[in-house]
Amino acid sequence: MKVKVEHVTKKYNENLALDDVSFSLDEPKIFGLLGRNGAGKTTFMDILAGHNVASNGSITINGEDPFDQQHISEQICLISEGNNFKRDLKVKHVLNIYSFFYPNWDKELALELIKQYKLPMNARVKTLSKGMESALGIIVGLSSKAQITIFDEPYIGLDAAARKRFYNVLLEEYEKEPRMIIFSTHLIDEVSLLFEEVLILQEGKLILQEDAESLRNRTCIVSGTEEEVERFIEGKEVLDRNKLAGMMTAHVFATAEEAHEHGLTADNIPIQDLMIYLTESEEV
Amino acid sequence: MKLKLTEDRPIFIQIKEYIEESILSGTMNAGEKIPSTNEFAQFYKINPATARKGVNELVDEGIIEKRRGVGMFVTEIAKEKLIEKRKETFYDMYIEPLKDEARRLGISLEHIQEMIHKGEKQ
Repeated sequence: MKVKVEHVTKKYNENLALDDVSFSLDEPKIFGLLGRNGAGKTTFMDILAGHNVASNGSITINGEDPFDQQHISEQICLISEGNNFKRDLKVKHVLNIYSFFYPNWDKELALELIKQYKLPMNARVKTLSKGMESALGIIVGLSSKAQITIFDEPYIGLDAAARKRFYNVLLEEYEKEPRMIIFSTHLIDEVSLLFEEVLILQEGKLILQEDAESLRNRTCIVSGTEEEVERFIEGKEVLDRNKLAGMMTAHVFATAEEAHEHGLTADNIPIQDLMIYLTESEEV
Repeated sequence: MKLKLTEDRPIFIQIKEYIEESILSGTMNAGEKIPSTNEFAQFYKINPATARKGVNELVDEGIIEKRRGVGMFVTEIAKEKLIEKRKETFYDMYIEPLKDEARRLGISLEHIQEMIHKGEKQ
């Protein structure tokens, strides 16, 4: 599967949700799609899954438009924050319907997860708690075994233990059958180590696409005396700086090795903080 | 055993160090099978590619070896090699910071030597 996004723009009335976004994704990796509220993440994922159309530009999957094409949409599963399923359906009906739609549906996995998450098969979706409804979404997403599986903030109401179980199963299934998993969440701290590649959207524009490890490697927090740090960061792209009593720290685009050579201490910056600084520095 | 990885240092290096520590401390011995990259990924909730990177560096350094279809094993020379490597960095890692701190506190080199001997007698 190859996803190609070319000059995609999406307007809602006057609102520009996506603004000339271009990039491509190659399977199989776990991608983190990050950004502030309103950055355009959900719009992008909706278009990719064929649930929405771009105002301009194109998203193609293996060269084809995903909109209204069964043989492509059966290879894509999008699980959103809520309202994934018709409210009057029973849990068992939901599983049944999806098992017909997705050719790679893993029935055993679905039943195993239903048991693990203790979902009542005969309950209607509208009677489920928020957490249970999210669990059902996760179960469908994982069991679909779709070549492109997209999770858009899939776990509202799920407690920490249930989320942990989700990460476990996600990794297990990904290892068994590598596929493209696109993950968007605000709980970046919890999942950033799962990402192989990170994409950051900011006000409808893609501001970064990079291998997570290399991103962590070419940025660091340096600390030392004000003078030393100032000398080191001169001419470098600085994301943030803090001073206290003659000492200084700076978040900067530089490797930790470079900083060490200058006698400064340096730590990598967690992806979550990077996202915050990157999306802040361009606000002003 | 390290239960949680931190994001302030490269993840694959922490995986690598975990294996090195285990070999040095005797938890993993020559000829023994080490956990698969998938097991590392599962345990630490990290991307399998990251775990693989750490493991592969150790393969390149001759600390572990891949046996096709079986898994990865600690080599016969692993421990010796790691000890050599640690010895090389011993000065930078331990002696230099020790001397720096001593200088800041005004502790003389003679005094440091005394302290080292004191520890040995006990």
